[in-house]
Amino acid sequence: MTPARFAYLRPDTLGEALAVLAREGEGATPLAGGQSLMPMMAMRMARPALLLDLNRVAGLDGIAVVEGALHIGAMARHATVLAHPLVAAHAPLLPLALREVAHPAIRNRGTLGGSLCLADPAAELPACMLALDATLVLANRAGERGVAAVDFFQGLYATARRADELLVRVEIPLSPGWSPWFAETARRHGDYALAGLAMMCRREAGRITALRIAFLGVEAAPRRLPEVEAAILDSADAAALLPRLLSPLHAEEAPAAWRLHLAQVLLRRAMIGEGRHAAA
Amino acid sequence: MLPLEEPLAEIACMVNGRPISGRVVLRQSLVEWLRAELGLTGSHVGCAHGVCGACHLRLDGVVVRGCLVLAVQADGADVETIEAASGPEVTALREAFVEHGALQCGFCTPGMILQAAELLLGGGPLSREAIREQLSGNYCRCTGYQPIIDAVQAAGAALQAQAGGAGGE
Repeated sequence: MTPARFAYLRPDTLGEALAVLAREGEGATPLAGGQSLMPMMAMRMARPALLLDLNRVAGLDGIAVVEGALHIGAMARHATVLAHPLVAAHAPLLPLALREVAHPAIRNRGTLGGSLCLADPAAELPACMLALDATLVLANRAGERGVAAVDFFQGLYATARRADELLVRVEIPLSPGWSPWFAETARRHGDYALAGLAMMCRREAGRITALRIAFLGVEAAPRRLPEVEAAILDSADAAALLPRLLSPLHAEEAPAAWRLHLAQVLLRRAMIGEGRHAAA
Repeated sequence: MLPLEEPLAEIACMVNGRPISGRVVLRQSLVEWLRAELGLTGSHVGCAHGVCGACHLRLDGVVVRGCLVLAVQADGADVETIEAASGPEVTALREAFVEHGALQCGFCTPGMILQAAELLLGGGPLSREAIREQLSGNYCRCTGYQPIIDAVQAAGAALQAQAGGAGGE
């Protein structure tokens, strides 16, 4: 369980870190909290030539409301986000989801940006970013660009981040009147999700008038499902659409048909959780 | 003997209140360095890839997996292991673990104590569910967990009784 040898750099500023990435490109592997990368290195599934340790880069872990959006720095630790009053006030979906992320010691070290850039299909936070309509802000030496969450996650462990870029923060638009719903199924609390669902919705006079949903652990990457969202707005049985729309991951211990079933169950629970009943 | 090409790094940190400086193997985890170089064998290496919680230690005051932090990352940090963990919550846990038979082989115990102490220090409610959630990342292969949950609940009650007895709130 010893990683393969690697070179190691630990910059103090974002500028230094981005200069390393500009020079090394895919030869450099950013190290955030390391709670997934270190096990992958221990098992030699990952063999980075150069580890770029971001833990000393100043200014990447702030949490603040800026011009109508909640900004969360990429190096904010899960435990910090989970307990932060601004997150509780403006993005209460995140604490709901973070309670399901691994275990306390992992949450003390793991980071928001690390989870988003790894893009594990079972991860909670990528799906939350879609439900929250977040913008992921990437930086390289030339400047910053914002990528909508729906465009950021592109497949199994694949994102829109280019090799010379770092995720620096997410920007979550403030959404007064919207409420969160989150649930997942795992073998044990804190284990990888077999299926999960993140939802934000707005209700007016008891009716859902707007919503965003994203599954996790079901497909290779989270995505919005406009047909499903439209069916929910029409009070139709949205869960009945899922067999046609989803392409669930398949594994011996969690077959595709089972993940599909769980996705349907979760969606129906979400509807009941919102005071609506779908035909079972 | 290390191979000549093995990358090394110089670090300086506080370990259990003492300043320590020295060379570390770059790819060595913090818990391996503490055990092999400093003789602090209270933190155990179980799975060595972040699953079992036997390696828990405090890094800058919070409990982390010692196998998922590189020794070089402890440069400039404050590291505390079970050897130096003290305070009323640790004393209460130690006594309650013995009283409730919350260990057999003891391999998981240092990690359990540190993780449970973080819960007691947080001052939140000590329902069995909260204790289970707090210890969900710590494996025990002897006790079946129930005595550990009993012990943490008892330690919390003992601390509250102490605080009450001392006139605290």
